[in-house]
Amino acid sequence: MNEFIEAQVAFGWKELRSSYDVVIVGGGGHGLSTAYHLATRHGITNVAVLERGYIGSGNSGRNTTVIRANYGIPEAVRFYQRSVDLYSRLEEETGRWIMHDRKGLLWLVHGIPGTRNERARSIVNQAFGADTVYVTPQEVGEICPEVDLNAGGGEYRVTGGSYSPHAATARHDRVVWALAEGAMKLGVHVHQRTAVTGLLRSADRVTGVLTDRGPVAAGVVVSAVGGHVSTLAAMAGVRLPIRTHPLQAFVTNHYARSFRPIVASADMGFYVSQTPRGEMLLGAGIDSQPSYSYRSSYEFLSYCSRPAVTLLPFLRDLTILRQWAGVCDMSVDMSPIMGYTGVDGFLVTTGWGTWGFKGIPAGGEQMAELIATDRTPELIAPFSLDRFKEDRLMFDPGSTGTTH
Amino acid sequence: MVLRLACPHCGSRPVDEWTYGEVPDPPDYLTKADERDVDRGFMMGNKEGVKVERWFHSGGCRRWQTIVRDTTL
Repeated sequence: MNEFIEAQVAFGWKELRSSYDVVIVGGGGHGLSTAYHLATRHGITNVAVLERGYIGSGNSGRNTTVIRANYGIPEAVRFYQRSVDLYSRLEEETGRWIMHDRKGLLWLVHGIPGTRNERARSIVNQAFGADTVYVTPQEVGEICPEVDLNAGGGEYRVTGGSYSPHAATARHDRVVWALAEGAMKLGVHVHQRTAVTGLLRSADRVTGVLTDRGPVAAGVVVSAVGGHVSTLAAMAGVRLPIRTHPLQAFVTNHYARSFRPIVASADMGFYVSQTPRGEMLLGAGIDSQPSYSYRSSYEFLSYCSRPAVTLLPFLRDLTILRQWAGVCDMSVDMSPIMGYTGVDGFLVTTGWGTWGFKGIPAGGEQMAELIATDRTPELIAPFSLDRFKEDRLMFDPGSTGTTH
Repeated sequence: MVLRLACPHCGSRPVDEWTYGEVPDPPDYLTKADERDVDRGFMMGNKEGVKVERWFHSGGCRRWQTIVRDTTL
């Protein structure tokens, strides 16, 4: 962790108690956001967040920080728009600068099916509260002059796209720290380097967790674990529709000019934005093999760079500085899974796959409400684990921004 | 380096040539037929560690292979 910033943030580390009302497993964005909202919205502060490494060391520290609500199904648009709104108020609320920057997102398409999709997307978005509009190639050129609309004369000529002015980015570890600090100021315990090794059960109920620092009893255990969630859920006897795949990303060296929007092309399978440091940040689809490996590959750089330089020729002159990988909890319908599991005392917020960062504030807010009221809030009811049994999948693969 | 899988016909080949085939593995404690069907349809063991898998060598010999692989490597 950055020592300078840690010194500025008023973390209050406490000793591990033997019992809490709520134990949250996983000190990433979703776990800390749940704790933060339990403390700030519901006055529930006898809460512990247990993190195996350091806070934000999992996917919260490995993602590409895009915040957007341009999804393809009504339930998702409403949920993510709530998150977009909460993100835009988070700096004011926490008093911490999370480097929230409203850049707008251009989602480019290259043919008739894509054009049809983006027209439909903008209609669904507007109907459910997001400001996405359909744009012509000419408008694409006005919003982002760097795009080669002819795509080098090849098959990927830009035929249009959708533009979401609400889309933003934020600094991922600042988001994690702001939420951790806000929760800890009100008395929530965050325990780093505390691995959960098992669950305490009595009859059909989960009553706590076993950690490498001893057992901890809990009124309710919430899994906010990322890629490793199936391992924890199996300890509770809960089966999840989740497969773990690695996702890679990379940054280039400093580009000396300002590159304003986030640009994505699902057809070509990549997306790009500029970090506050000026680096160009690129990502693409998940690795095809189910895996828990954090290994990066040259093949990914090649696969991601080729379409990127075709559409944005200035990228050719940049150099790749570093790359990394995270392991993502990919749900079968490409939508998150939040709420009850069928096992008393055990809740999940999972299936955040490659789209978890944008859901941090709303996911935490809604999970906190569910825990505090013991009722599933209407906003996340469509995303319950029950949906698979009831055959009402939230299938939305075209909105994940990556190819699968 | 990208993952490579060993094919008895084609040798060691990069994972891009292969298509993964999920094998349903409903646990024994699920006894009702409906529960087992839901599990077969949607749920996955997602094992962390050594696991027996089915892969289709779609970009090579186009045969299904049983491959034992450690998912943490």
